Amino acid sequence: MISYQEISETNKMIAESHLDVRTITMGISLLDCADDSLEKFCSKIYEKITRVAQNLVKTGDSISAQYGVPIVNKRVSVTPIAIAAAGTRSSDFFPIAKTLDDAARAIGVNFIGGFSALLQKGSTEADKALVRSIPRALADTERVCSCLNLASTRDGINMNAVRRVGRAIIEMSELSDMACAKFVVFCNAVEDNPFMAGAFHGVTERETVVNVGVSGPGVVKRALEEARGADFETVCETIKRTAFKITRVGQLVAQEASRQLGVPFGSIDLSLAPTPEVNDSVAEILREMGLQHPGAPGTTAAVAILNDNVKKGGVMASSYVGGLSGAFIPVSEDHGMIEAARVGALTLEKLEAMTCVCSVGIDMVAIPGDTPAETISGIIADEMAIGMINGKTTAVRIIPARGKTVGDMVEFGGLLGSAPVMPVNSFSCADFINRGGRIPAPIHSFKN
Amino acid sequence: MKGIITVVGKDQVGIIAKVCVYLSNNGINILDIAQTIVQGYFNMMMVVDMSYGPSFEKVNDDLQSLGESIGVQIKLQHEDIFNSMHRI
Repeated sequence: MISYQEISETNKMIAESHLDVRTITMGISLLDCADDSLEKFCSKIYEKITRVAQNLVKTGDSISAQYGVPIVNKRVSVTPIAIAAAGTRSSDFFPIAKTLDDAARAIGVNFIGGFSALLQKGSTEADKALVRSIPRALADTERVCSCLNLASTRDGINMNAVRRVGRAIIEMSELSDMACAKFVVFCNAVEDNPFMAGAFHGVTERETVVNVGVSGPGVVKRALEEARGADFETVCETIKRTAFKITRVGQLVAQEASRQLGVPFGSIDLSLAPTPEVNDSVAEILREMGLQHPGAPGTTAAVAILNDNVKKGGVMASSYVGGLSGAFIPVSEDHGMIEAARVGALTLEKLEAMTCVCSVGIDMVAIPGDTPAETISGIIADEMAIGMINGKTTAVRIIPARGKTVGDMVEFGGLLGSAPVMPVNSFSCADFINRGGRIPAPIHSFKN
Repeated sequence: MKGIITVVGKDQVGIIAKVCVYLSNNGINILDIAQTIVQGYFNMMMVVDMSYGPSFEKVNDDLQSLGESIGVQIKLQHEDIFNSMHRI
């Protein structure tokens, strides 16, 4: 029999430390919707998404009530549109984004991911049409998210695409800050990521699948409060035990969602995802570990410890761990990160260093509105290089804040929070970026 | 299937009685019960057998309404969340 102490511990995690399941994301293949007519393709994908995911929100809410644990987001990811819609030979994919937005609204999910392309080695005509359509697609829709895979350890970095994306981000920022917040670029993108903006349903996945993202940085922080002044062995052990408990809740919810929806369970993403709420912050964990602010010397080591032990605890708790599975460090979505950036403790360069040891990358960072496109491409190229050489996923989600400069704030609202505009190194990389072409895949031997 | 009921709120006469009357009227058997009062705050946890009686959703809704009428928080949860988290 479960003890009252255990009941109390679980319910305190939920009530006081914001333990929740961050998202149930249903992946849906759109490959069978291929058509040479854009209009028919749009009607087929609308029909399929609204049919397959019609019970997703209701089921999520019912599971949440059954276990008394919040399930914050219910979302859908689809096959990368550049692949599914290639047959239409359309030069403008905006109508598809509009259809995805309508479908998301019809089933009540707050985001739909997969307005995406995988162009790490080169671009098809459909890839090019999709990239051209991204700024308007994200500015003029509410719920559509987009990601591009620009690099991989196997293929190298598509620098033509990196250059193009720098300009696309500027174009997007002129239309809306929110558009940039719904767009991310990856190196080594994963096909079962449940988290937005980077979720898409990979082509190697089944017809439909349920992926679950757990969360709970507040629970880890609370557990570490009990280990103040203790050595690193104790810190690691505390994080592992807590991650195990958090992940077991995710596993339970995933299995129940899979059963009730009649859709196979894909994987659990172990990422610790913060929100702007107090007691729901990765930065608070780093402070509890002994840093005055994230960004102080020691931060990369602290993130490495956190990330590694979340994985060690989490893999024991679930049969299928996947997705991004690491600590997220979005600046705007974490009040501790916002504060660290505001007081100057956290810089872009330190964030870049942190991404060497955690997922995912330079995330939800606002930069001055007059930052040149080539500089944005340079920031992306650096992140892609870290992912490519180290065989890990890295990403960039960056927001040039129109008309704003260092120290100003950009408001996104809700879970996306607000971001202080951070300084960017002002020396030029234009001649480097404008070379174009592709950086070849790295060598995989001679690791030293 | 077992449910876990937790009741938290300012202490007053008849909290246990009202919850137990509801459970009894709906054919829900109490398997275990523990209650403490800390600084005037009432805290009760119950393990109940939900194999018979109304659906989980209905009992959950009814208990929440009952809690509101008494002025305490009542929460019903499927036992699996505790088993998953605390048992290998």
